[in-house]
Amino acid sequence: MLARGTATLWISLIVLLPLAAVLSRGFEDGLGHFWDSISAPEAQSAIKLTLISSLIVVAINAVMGTLIAWVLVRDEFPGKRIVNSVIDLPFALPTIVAGLTLLALYGQNSPVGVHLAYTRAAVVAALLFVTLPFVVRAVQPVLLELDREMEEAAASLGAPNHRIFRSIVLPNLTPAIVAGCGLAFARAIGEFGSLVLLTGNIPFNTQVASVYIFGRVETNDLSGAAAVSVFLLAISVGLLFALNLFANWRTRHERV
Amino acid sequence: MTSVRWGLRSVALLYLALLLLIPLCAVFWRTFEHGISEPLDAVTSQDGLHAFWLTILCVGIAVPLNTAFGVLTALVLVRQNFRGKALLNAAIDLPFAISPVVIGLALFLVYAPRNSWFGETLAQNGIQVIFSVPGMVLATIFVSLPFVVREVMPVLQEIGTDQEEAAETLGASPWQTFWKVTLPAIRWGLAYGIVLATARALGEFGAVAVVSGHRNGETETLPIFVQRQFDNFSVAGAYAAGLVLAVLALVVLFSLNLLQRRSARATDGEDAEGAPPATTVFVPQPIEKEA
Repeated sequence: MLARGTATLWISLIVLLPLAAVLSRGFEDGLGHFWDSISAPEAQSAIKLTLISSLIVVAINAVMGTLIAWVLVRDEFPGKRIVNSVIDLPFALPTIVAGLTLLALYGQNSPVGVHLAYTRAAVVAALLFVTLPFVVRAVQPVLLELDREMEEAAASLGAPNHRIFRSIVLPNLTPAIVAGCGLAFARAIGEFGSLVLLTGNIPFNTQVASVYIFGRVETNDLSGAAAVSVFLLAISVGLLFALNLFANWRTRHERV
Repeated sequence: MTSVRWGLRSVALLYLALLLLIPLCAVFWRTFEHGISEPLDAVTSQDGLHAFWLTILCVGIAVPLNTAFGVLTALVLVRQNFRGKALLNAAIDLPFAISPVVIGLALFLVYAPRNSWFGETLAQNGIQVIFSVPGMVLATIFVSLPFVVREVMPVLQEIGTDQEEAAETLGASPWQTFWKVTLPAIRWGLAYGIVLATARALGEFGAVAVVSGHRNGETETLPIFVQRQFDNFSVAGAYAAGLVLAVLALVVLFSLNLLQRRSARATDGEDAEGAPPATTVFVPQPIEKEA
């Protein structure tokens, strides 16, 4: 009883109370004002850029993440263990350093002649960097557990590789890919640190939603900041909730 | 078959090289591009050292608190059944899903000296949270909260309650049972969670930047120091401080690897099927209903 109360109090004080303050400030002046705040031209442009680049990033992750997981599970090559641990680098590396690393190679005076700094492509590159592990790490354990007998049977019956992948491997991986993509999307729409140095934060061009919120706080427009925050919160919390339901639904329908 | 295999392998490795490895090497190169003295001076400047120690202070408060409360929360969520358990379980994941800037704003709205929920009362009592160290510590606690809980929970589910019950039957107090039975059993998962929480706490930028108000060197952690150096066109200083953080991240990565191998070896010796793989990605799992 005491333990339960302490744990609940801890989470409430640290996490829930501050979030309640954001909700309350976001709707303080009524729904009309909330709507005006998130549909202000600068806010709308930032939100649009955030959503579109996150969708692009998730699509690329779905393909590249699955491919990398496949190579890490099914392929053998020297140095595989090192490659495997490098996948976690974006989680270990502070986000500001993630931005800095991309800037070092693809910024001004780029040694390879690729200039991404202060462009919308930089937003996508930074988001790809920080979301890399999600799909890989979601798919990897499922691929490890996957029974290879079905694939061998299909191969012995003469099915070509792409057919085996599409009809046997992919359907088994889809739930994991969806879960990884959902987490990557939630992460991408809130990303801040890796974008600050790399994108230049130009309004109506490279400014994403989180950077817009930061600017509102600095100019002391807290209601405006809270309104856009509520919008982001609704998407990411909704997504998390949906993924939870999906996980529960799957355990209930497994082995029926 | 082999050509397909080669093709996939090359695409995967090329992608990782272009996105992760070559940029990381470029940071090393950029830092020392114009000699060693400029980056060294930046990192050992008064502001640089201050930022370093403030970072250590934030981590030093946030991680132990999250460890203690994290183990407690994991025990409550795995071993007890009560109304609202699913809600508490879902709340743990919120810091993963929320933008760091929103976290900073949230703390701002509760504790700012003016126009906030509690800030005015606290200010009258001489306590300043926002634009000051307590706010930065709170932000660090918020962002690193889920890791210990999420790493310890699956281990607790795995080990079950047999040994704890045996200890209880033999007359051990709850404290003795925890220290002598439960804690040794969860040690690898716990260590993994602590390392992840430390990494996140060390590198947090957005949430801490909002509440620090980056007025000057006073309220600057290393990540904020990186940004200010960069904005002041002291690029070598920014890369140097970034390199310090990158090296810390590599240490974290190395320890995660070591812990994974250790815990795998520890369970190999026993009859267990193999330790539940420690992970850095927390795909939502249904909570197992225990009888």
